[in-house]
Amino acid sequence: MELSGAEILVRCLKDEGVEFLFGYPGGSVLHIYDALYRQDDVNHILVRHEQAATHAADGYARATGKPGVVLVTSGPGATNAVTGIATAYMDSIPMVVITGQVPSAVIGTDAFQEVDSVGITRPCVKHNFLVKDVTKLAETIKKAFYVATTGRPGPVVVDVPKDMTDPAIKIPYHYPDKITMRSYQPIVKGHSGQIKRAVDLLLTAKKPMIYCGGGAVLGNASEELRTFVRHLGYPFTSTLMGLGAFPASDKLNIGMLGMHGTYEANMAMHGCDVLIAVGARFDDRVTGKIAEFCPDAKIIHIDIDPSSISKTITVDVPIVGDVSGVLQEMNHLLKTGKKEPQKKALAAWWKTIHSWQATNCMNFDRESDQIKPQHAIELLHEITEGDAYITSDVGQHQMWAAQYYGFEKPKRWINSGGLGTMGFGLPAAMGVQLAYPDAIVACVTGEGSIQMCIQELSTCLQYGLPIKIISLNNRYLGMVRQWQEFFYENRYSSSYMESLPDFVKLAESYGHVGIRIEDPKDLKAELERGFAMKDRLVFFDIMTDQTENVYPMIQAGKGHNQMHLSPHGDDLPQDPEEELS
Amino acid sequence: MRHIISILIENEAGALSRVAGLFSARAYNIESLTVAPTEDPTLSRMTIVTDGTDRVVEQITKQLNKLIDVVKLLDLSEGPHIEREMMLIKVKASTMAQREDVKRLSDIFRGNIIDVTPTTFTIELTGSGKKTDSFIEALAEHKIIETVRSGVSGIARGEKCLQV
Repeated sequence: MELSGAEILVRCLKDEGVEFLFGYPGGSVLHIYDALYRQDDVNHILVRHEQAATHAADGYARATGKPGVVLVTSGPGATNAVTGIATAYMDSIPMVVITGQVPSAVIGTDAFQEVDSVGITRPCVKHNFLVKDVTKLAETIKKAFYVATTGRPGPVVVDVPKDMTDPAIKIPYHYPDKITMRSYQPIVKGHSGQIKRAVDLLLTAKKPMIYCGGGAVLGNASEELRTFVRHLGYPFTSTLMGLGAFPASDKLNIGMLGMHGTYEANMAMHGCDVLIAVGARFDDRVTGKIAEFCPDAKIIHIDIDPSSISKTITVDVPIVGDVSGVLQEMNHLLKTGKKEPQKKALAAWWKTIHSWQATNCMNFDRESDQIKPQHAIELLHEITEGDAYITSDVGQHQMWAAQYYGFEKPKRWINSGGLGTMGFGLPAAMGVQLAYPDAIVACVTGEGSIQMCIQELSTCLQYGLPIKIISLNNRYLGMVRQWQEFFYENRYSSSYMESLPDFVKLAESYGHVGIRIEDPKDLKAELERGFAMKDRLVFFDIMTDQTENVYPMIQAGKGHNQMHLSPHGDDLPQDPEEELS
Repeated sequence: MRHIISILIENEAGALSRVAGLFSARAYNIESLTVAPTEDPTLSRMTIVTDGTDRVVEQITKQLNKLIDVVKLLDLSEGPHIEREMMLIKVKASTMAQREDVKRLSDIFRGNIIDVTPTTFTIELTGSGKKTDSFIEALAEHKIIETVRSGVSGIARGEKCLQV
């Protein structure tokens, strides 16, 4: 079979099992678009901006575990995609991005729509390729998928000059089943000796703590994790990215940790004597001040990426390997070993933790005559029975969604944790809804973030995506406003959103349903009414309390035991330090 | 502490910029970097001299290993090794006294005078980074017109080697 480069590229995607290709056409990729037109295997989803193509592919990947695939043209097509590529890179999301490039003969001449895509994307991809020989095209695509999806996943860019897709040049097609690369052999299996050391250390713990990150979600480790946590009966906390890996409703789960984590989770981190980090990378939003991070703890760290280990926090027992496999081996050792957890010490530790929990740190003013954003998220959980896919943008609404939705399953919470990209939520929801047409997909956003990719309402209409947009509209860039209130003496510099559009009319003009909610008494009924419209996109413009803040909060650079707490919580335990000793 | 890191890397366009980009993006120090193809034309060998705490150097080696094009890596400073740098140095030598002194210093350092004009000597000198530094110091009383250094290349002593 002889095919042109363009046909080969499309055929590779089919052979790779790609369902959806998120993209936007342009001069350098016209041959590829022509090849796409002449087949039905790969569904092309036409977005309205290349940033959205990458976020949609990213959302698809986060929800399904399969790589997201993107096709954009050279120059501005590629540069617009960069934000989405960097977003995926920071959160280790498998993605293959095909960028068109000007013909080989004019590369380097500042040709029309030419940009050094390989150079521009280099710092924010796992790897990238420039195709220089059409006979290597299929092999390069195979390598791209292999690199993107194995080891610590990440985005891979393949830059394809226009002449590589020339319909006049036909060559034999062969897509390799398997590929090996001498320079890339990711470690998968954890070292058994280290795993044994870790288990021994875990069983000596008097004040243990399990801290889990996005690696447990990406590595499909939920089942092993549940067995592990429940066998030990140790307190569990999760990062923003790890939410859903272990059920929020489980008594052992003491909530999220870090900058906006619960009082009990942060205090327990500060007080623990053995910490096991499972697929987490000790991000600065989690650790706070490095010098005061878990001051008394011996630390075990499981991660597939050796460079994550001892990067910011020096650990005592490093284990490089796939999280699921390592936990499986640990579970086996725990089950067959003779040693038990330190029951008496553990009971005392739980007693201390329960005293911290009694502060009720997540409480908020439930009597207010204004809509409280936290209440909106609680209702969202109730109406969707906690079973929705929730995407979010970035800011206060993201933290409230993380704190109040209560994720029971992995791959349900889809947000830009590392890069913190506003504009992520709506296109990511498109990717999720395409993957799961019958699922409830809600995008929790704010009036600031939603405007960064609002044009995608048009894409949603074209493909009939019944996403529910929960816009917590406080007429402020809320997180910026919160920091300005706390740290800049209420000088609200450029954080007020003036001249907002009428979001209801805006949604309607795109052919969707818009619902404005202003009174807390209407909130539940209106949400229910909107969610009942199963085949429509509904934009909920929810007018929330303008001055509500996200609590608890650890100021950047402070320790875990130095939190700003909500004025609506209960009293702190008399002397937490005393109870610790 | 100063470390000499040897890398075997796929001989592909852009491989050098991946390494250079990594050092600048993560704010690692780089004292010198040399690269050239090996006896296997698909592989290049790179020697990087860097400076940092043990923790930083550990991260540098991990981050380098993470680059997809890096096939193998060895921190030469962890064991006995040899390092060499080649220097070409052009020195003013117009008076008899200058010419004699520069020639004498060059001999002491086992340099070769490879170009002679009525007013200049150009000397080729090979040695460790320290030796080339010392030679420049030794020439303090003379006028150095220009200096070209190759950067350090290194290899492990004995049986230990960096190969695929």
